[in-house]
Amino acid sequence: MSAGILVLAEHLKGALSEITFEMLGIGRKLAGELNVPLSAVLMGENIAGLAAKLGAADRVIVVENPALALPPAATQAAVLKTVLDQTQAALVLVGGTNVSMGIGAVLSVRANLPFVNFCKAVRVEDGALLATSQLFGGKILSDVKLASNQGIVSIYPGAFPADAGKSDQTPPVERMEVAVEAPKIVFKKYIEPDTSDVDITKQDVLVAVGRGIQSQDNLALAEDLAAAVGGAVCASRPVIDQGWLPLSRQVGKSGMSVKPRLYLALGISGAPEHWEGMQGARVIVAINTDPKAPIFDGAHYGAVADVLDVIPALTEKIKAKRAG
Amino acid sequence: MNYYVLLKMVPDTVEELEVAPDGKSLDAEMVRLRVSDSDEHAVEEALLLKEKHGGSVTVAALEAPEVDDVLFTALAKGAGRAVKLAGDWGAVQSQAAARAMAKFLAPNGTLPADALVMLRSQAIDDLEGEVGPYLAELLGAPYIGIVTSVTPDGAGVTVTKEFAGGLRGEFSLPLPAVLGIQSAEKPPRYVPIAKVRATQKTAKIEVLEVGAPEQAARFPVERMYKPEAAGRAQMLEGSADDIANKIVEVMTQNSLI
Repeated sequence: MSAGILVLAEHLKGALSEITFEMLGIGRKLAGELNVPLSAVLMGENIAGLAAKLGAADRVIVVENPALALPPAATQAAVLKTVLDQTQAALVLVGGTNVSMGIGAVLSVRANLPFVNFCKAVRVEDGALLATSQLFGGKILSDVKLASNQGIVSIYPGAFPADAGKSDQTPPVERMEVAVEAPKIVFKKYIEPDTSDVDITKQDVLVAVGRGIQSQDNLALAEDLAAAVGGAVCASRPVIDQGWLPLSRQVGKSGMSVKPRLYLALGISGAPEHWEGMQGARVIVAINTDPKAPIFDGAHYGAVADVLDVIPALTEKIKAKRAG
Repeated sequence: MNYYVLLKMVPDTVEELEVAPDGKSLDAEMVRLRVSDSDEHAVEEALLLKEKHGGSVTVAALEAPEVDDVLFTALAKGAGRAVKLAGDWGAVQSQAAARAMAKFLAPNGTLPADALVMLRSQAIDDLEGEVGPYLAELLGAPYIGIVTSVTPDGAGVTVTKEFAGGLRGEFSLPLPAVLGIQSAEKPPRYVPIAKVRATQKTAKIEVLEVGAPEQAARFPVERMYKPEAAGRAQMLEGSADDIANKIVEVMTQNSLI
């Protein structure tokens, strides 16, 4: 028995996240196909004002409580469990983001519902809900059927268009009083990104390096290329984790989302976490030694080659072109 | 403080992955396993904490091919104790894996008061979610994930969690606790193979029986398949020079030079 879809509206620092609208968009579509209502759940401290933007839902359930200021996953799951019980909803969509990570798993235990992670598609087939989970760095997809159309699904950012979840309509708002236990995990403060470094979100051209750059010494090659082309060097997570470049140069899920006119993906395999941060680039050129690297499925141009050979050659050609 | 790091073997995605003839699982023949990246970071963070503030580091893993090498490597890096949970865990999903780990970590149902459990925030094969939150739920301990730094602060720890766009948050939590580690404050240390070999001769992996794995998946996979590319890059062929020339052409066409 399917009795409605809940979307957990994600917000941070007083603003709704893009994933919220992506979820409302796919939630709206599923609600239509299953003929059930779509509700947005908005929880936090002083957040009722955000409800007006959730008009794609049939209603917004608002839970306000001082204990819900940046609450841990377990606290959010506890509130969602109460909302689930009261609404008899069958399907819950949560963001597959750093902000919402953990909520689906805890709710799954408490509500005894299956939880499917990393979903980039959810559809109704012969009346049954099928979720497609993207595993193994984007190399394999798994279709999972949700028994009785019940479950919790975490939605991969960027998998669905956000525009489909935006509406000018004013949704009916229901306030729900939920007792919230004081969380054991206490939010202390935000740590803002370092703004003294180059702002990679404002560059026309980005020279992005991944594992294929192999060593910190080789970064000089990328720097030379960036200087020749008039751009900046950025990187995928493995390079940042090695400490070869500062956090401010990271593109991807935890890092920056960039939309340059040209993105040179050099030695980057194209894991979903990286893709999330650069899919908006206008032209993507990828170079990788692995002909099956997922990056080639999304890039506009690709070459199977060692970046350590191509980078110096490219730098020289660009210099010659500019000089000529 | 006693640090417990839980390690998981995952398919190496650098290798080609094939779907098995049943169409519902990975072809095990083709899979080469390696330890999950962020578990390696969890080991590093635990070792850094031990070196700075004292305590002990225990690493633990479910039995899997090549897991002994990974456990010995952790011992060679400085972990004091390595534990392997015996069994054929091939098909278990995250909740069942968390229940098995809970039997090791808290045989009486609660974690020791000074325990800090650290593991990957997420694994690339974690269809069912994340082990960390399940484990914390079973053990009644607080959990926070996407952690990139940990500092003891008296009764508990202060941690940094990543959000997005370079924004991070600082949180404090009491012990015992479970942390999902994203990356350590320093890159995982390198340990020479010779040292690992030497450790294999002197150290032992404790093998623990925690009962038969629960084989039943909470939900079955209907179909496993490789993604169909929405589009495919136009491939630039030739030598490095040829490729460079063609990229310059692309840049010129797009008025970037």
